[in-house]
Order: sequence, then structure tokens, then C-alpha cells
Amino acid sequence: MAKIFIYPATSLILSDLVERFGHEPLGSAISIREHVQTPGFDSPPIQMTSEDPQKGLKWAAVEVPSGVRGRMSLYGPLVEQAEAAIIIEEPDFAFGCMGCARTNELLVFMLREKDMPRLELRYPATKEEGVTFVAKIKQFLKDLEVKHE
Amino acid sequence: MKPYVPQYVGTVTKYVFVDSPDTTPQDIATAAYEIAQGVMIKETCFGCQITGLPEDVKRIVDHLRLLDPFRIFIKDRGFPPGDSRRCRADLGGARPGYLGHEYEMGLVRYFSHGLKETDGMTKQALKKAAGNELPVEEPLDAEILEKLFSEEK
Repeated sequence: MAKIFIYPATSLILSDLVERFGHEPLGSAISIREHVQTPGFDSPPIQMTSEDPQKGLKWAAVEVPSGVRGRMSLYGPLVEQAEAAIIIEEPDFAFGCMGCARTNELLVFMLREKDMPRLELRYPATKEEGVTFVAKIKQFLKDLEVKHE
Repeated sequence: MKPYVPQYVGTVTKYVFVDSPDTTPQDIATAAYEIAQGVMIKETCFGCQITGLPEDVKRIVDHLRLLDPFRIFIKDRGFPPGDSRRCRADLGGARPGYLGHEYEMGLVRYFSHGLKETDGMTKQALKKAAGNELPVEEPLDAEILEKLFSEEK
């Protein structure tokens, strides 16, 4: 079982497919859960504390906005753990919880820079593309199993 | 600042989504309740949320998948249900993260079809299907962009 970073990190489909085919998806929820379940001090707007942008300095320079560094404190450790990545290119919904375009760019850059198997695809727009999409992910994850054995 | 004491430490929360003509969110929630054994189940409009110890949640989730394997989708959630930082009963409006789910649920029929088709495929057929290219969106032509700019003036 390999640890697969999924991008968009909040993706329902990628998270489901990776788990369904026997691997561990690494997405936002994992870091957020750890954050939410760790005792500490409340700091408005409650989820992020002043320590997080400092942690993010490991992945983003000091002149980078604190929002990017704060987000990287969640994603950075996951990218370091990741043994492979599945990236959906230009996802339309990369806003909301995934809302920082600069963080997203940095994240995809880090995933492409890291020496690990990577699958890049697009969301399907038809049923036939749906078959291709699922087949690509299934094949990619099966190939990873072979490498792990 | 005040001390932050987390709730539900050591638990995991999973979202269960269903988009099926045969299975409703109520079916999912009822099936989950039947084997809950103290695990927290919350029925929602799209399926349910399950919060409990990892092994208990896995047991329930594995059972729910069997109800409609190609049309039930499951993902992790960071916050427990009802958390005042996320629950829309406290915040009003759509829950943060809703837009992502709404977008992907719009495409979910393609994934369901894909899962069904690839389920019985042989190794060779799967390799062939995986070899197909997903169409790449053509970038906007510079001349068209220029034309659009000039129309705006």
C-alpha cells in the first residue's frame, strides 16, 4: 500500500478511487484532522495559529504571503510522505477550501519536482472519458503495487 | 487566546456520498445504523457522515460500499460533524467545501460508468483503455483574445 498525494487535495473522486484500489490517499482532510485534534491555543479564525506560517517556512520563502505559508504547513508534510501523486490539471473547482492559486501552483510544482511516480489527467466530460479516467488511475495504482512488491 | 481542547480525539470522520437511482441517502444511513455499535452516524442530503474509531468506521464503510459499489463514493473529512467552525447551522450559507463536492457530484455519473466498465476488464483491456488519451483543452488563440479585447473597448 503506497501513500498517494491527490491534487486537488479535497477531491472526493480521487480520494475514493485511491482507497478503493487499495492505497492510502493523502489529502487536506488528513492534515486538517491532525490540526483539529491537537490541543493548543485558539487563535482567530480558530483553525490556523501563528505557528503555522512559521512551519510553512520550510517550503515557502519568508516574503511569500503568510496565507501560502500557512497552507503549506498543512500540505508540505504530506508531500514529503507521498510515494506517488495523482494530479488533475486545472480543476475548475480549485477554490473554496483549495482557494489559494499560488499555493496550488507551488504544490503542483513540488509534486512535479519530487522524484516519484506521477499521473496527470483531466476531468472527464463524457462517459467514454470516464472509462479512460478510471482505467488510467486503476492501471497507475496497479503498477505501483508491482513496484512495491 | 484561550486553551483549545479538541473533541473526538483519535476518531476519524468519513463522508459517504451516493448518487444512484436504486439507493437513497436514507438507505445508506439506515444500513449504517444497523451495524453502528455506538459509532456516530449523521444522515445528510447526499449520504451520511460516520465518526468513530478508525477500525469501526472502516467496518461500516466497507459494508456500505457493498450496497451500490459503483455509485457510492467515500472520502475523509477533517472536522467532526457539527463542528462550529464548519457547521452551517452556526455559520449560515453553504458549508466551506460544498462547492468542490457539488462540482464533482456533477461528474459522478461518468466515474460510476467508468468503474462499472473497468470492473470486469482483463489486464490487456485495462491497459488498452488506460492508453487512451483524455482530450486536452485547446488554449485560447491569441488573435481571438485580441479580438475580444478590442470588442470590450
